[in-house]
Amino acid sequence: MFDKLLPTKKIILPNGKEVTEKPALMPFVVVAILVLTYMSAVITGFNVETIIKRIEQFFVILQQMVPPTWAYFPHIWQPLLDTIKMSLLGSLMGVLCALPLAILAASNITKWKWLSATMKFFLSLLRTLPTLIVALVATFVFGLGTVAGTVAIFLFTVAYVGKLLYEQIENANMDAYEAMNSMGLTTIQSFRYAIFPQILPNYLSTSLFCFEGNVRYASILGYVGAGGIGLLLNESLGWRNYANVGMILLLLVITVFIIETISEHYRKKLM
Amino acid sequence: MNVIEKQYKLEPNRRVTQLVTIFILCLLFVWSLSAIELEQLTTNGFTIAKNILVGMVQPDLSLLVNVTTSGVPYLLIETMAIAFLGTVVGSILAIPLAFLSASNIVPKPIAYVVRFLLILIRTIPAIVYGLMFIRVTGPGPFAGVLTMSLVSIGMLSKLYVDVIEDLDISILESMESIGCTTLEKIRFGILPQLLASFLSIVIYRFDMNLRDATVLGLVGAGGIGAPLIFAMNAYRWSEVGSILIGLILLILIVEYMSNKIRTKLVRG
Repeated sequence: MFDKLLPTKKIILPNGKEVTEKPALMPFVVVAILVLTYMSAVITGFNVETIIKRIEQFFVILQQMVPPTWAYFPHIWQPLLDTIKMSLLGSLMGVLCALPLAILAASNITKWKWLSATMKFFLSLLRTLPTLIVALVATFVFGLGTVAGTVAIFLFTVAYVGKLLYEQIENANMDAYEAMNSMGLTTIQSFRYAIFPQILPNYLSTSLFCFEGNVRYASILGYVGAGGIGLLLNESLGWRNYANVGMILLLLVITVFIIETISEHYRKKLM
Repeated sequence: MNVIEKQYKLEPNRRVTQLVTIFILCLLFVWSLSAIELEQLTTNGFTIAKNILVGMVQPDLSLLVNVTTSGVPYLLIETMAIAFLGTVVGSILAIPLAFLSASNIVPKPIAYVVRFLLILIRTIPAIVYGLMFIRVTGPGPFAGVLTMSLVSIGMLSKLYVDVIEDLDISILESMESIGCTTLEKIRFGILPQLLASFLSIVIYRFDMNLRDATVLGLVGAGGIGAPLIFAMNAYRWSEVGSILIGLILLILIVEYMSNKIRTKLVRG
């Protein structure tokens, strides 16, 4: 549309051919971004002066965190394990459930158009809801505790892995699948032997990546009462006991770092 | 023995590793089951689930079309403004950090130190940053913007680094051989390689920030999160329904647009 709207520049080459140069969209994009930025700044009350004047307040809490209460460690140990268990269970079940959903959502395996379209819509609907909001709803339904957190993580994992998986299935090479189908194998059998080996490395790698992110998400789920270390984090923040917060965060950083390193090692191997 | 069978024989035997992996996964699964305490289940959970669904079906329409500052449209615009400005600030601040942590630009020790700093930034939950910034700016959407920008820096620079490390250096060499200045090399040799990927990453992050911005309301940092949580805690399900419908619609639209723009950017 923009090509026709804006004046194009015509260049005549030495051999007499005429070439039209497409108009550059960049200036319009830049102007649009600047206008939107300005409007957002007005709506949110963005003020550089405040930042410069009061930025030292940001470090007040950080400074109070710095000698973390080491004695708090035995209290955090159990909730931290709970957080890891929550994310592990949610991720494992979510990853397993994502596979059949992804097969149903892939338009090259599922023959009925309406079914794959519905599944795709369902998955993207599930993905729109922020995890913390899902966890909040889950605490109302399943009560306060780790069950709510596990359910929230489960739903997020299904949506995330399911989406990436059906995209991979749709991009997979269909030759072997068609050959097996023509030899008389059922859809599930030919999927198992033709498509599954193609997507398996990516599937595992996505799952590991999702698990990595889930540990991080799970750590804040306690904020809405969904169990794990977030409960303690919320409590310490409420009491303004920032030394305890520092200890919790330190332990979280170490845990996340270890899990990230392990998962990255295996993901590199899978690629 | 024909060719196919020979090829089969060449494949390494992975059965043992597979069995061990499955065994370890099962062990982890059983171990993690111990975190589930079913005694905590509330008996009225089913009624609440039904109430939420009913609220979704019968939303509070007056709230959904209300144009004052407490209506859903304004709250959504505020949430979008927080996410947008946070993304803009974060994406600019992340560029120098990304260059500082790219091992093909700076010496390895510096790159590792900056990388560790980025992991630190990424791991601290957004809620903690929110509380810290509220001390600076007072409660309100401004604190949300600052939180969003700090949170985005962590992931943006990690993704930027991957692009920077894939830079094609041979172009710079050929530009040097035809006598380009440093500025020209940056403008025509480096920028075109980075710009499209960076933009695509930033748009992706905007998508995520929009989702995260809804959470900031928990600590009073503006956005649609606070009214949603108040409505839930007061069991006003029709209000919850109208806010959730607005949120879902907004996120679906933004995701659709961002996917369109990103595929266009990547394919050129």
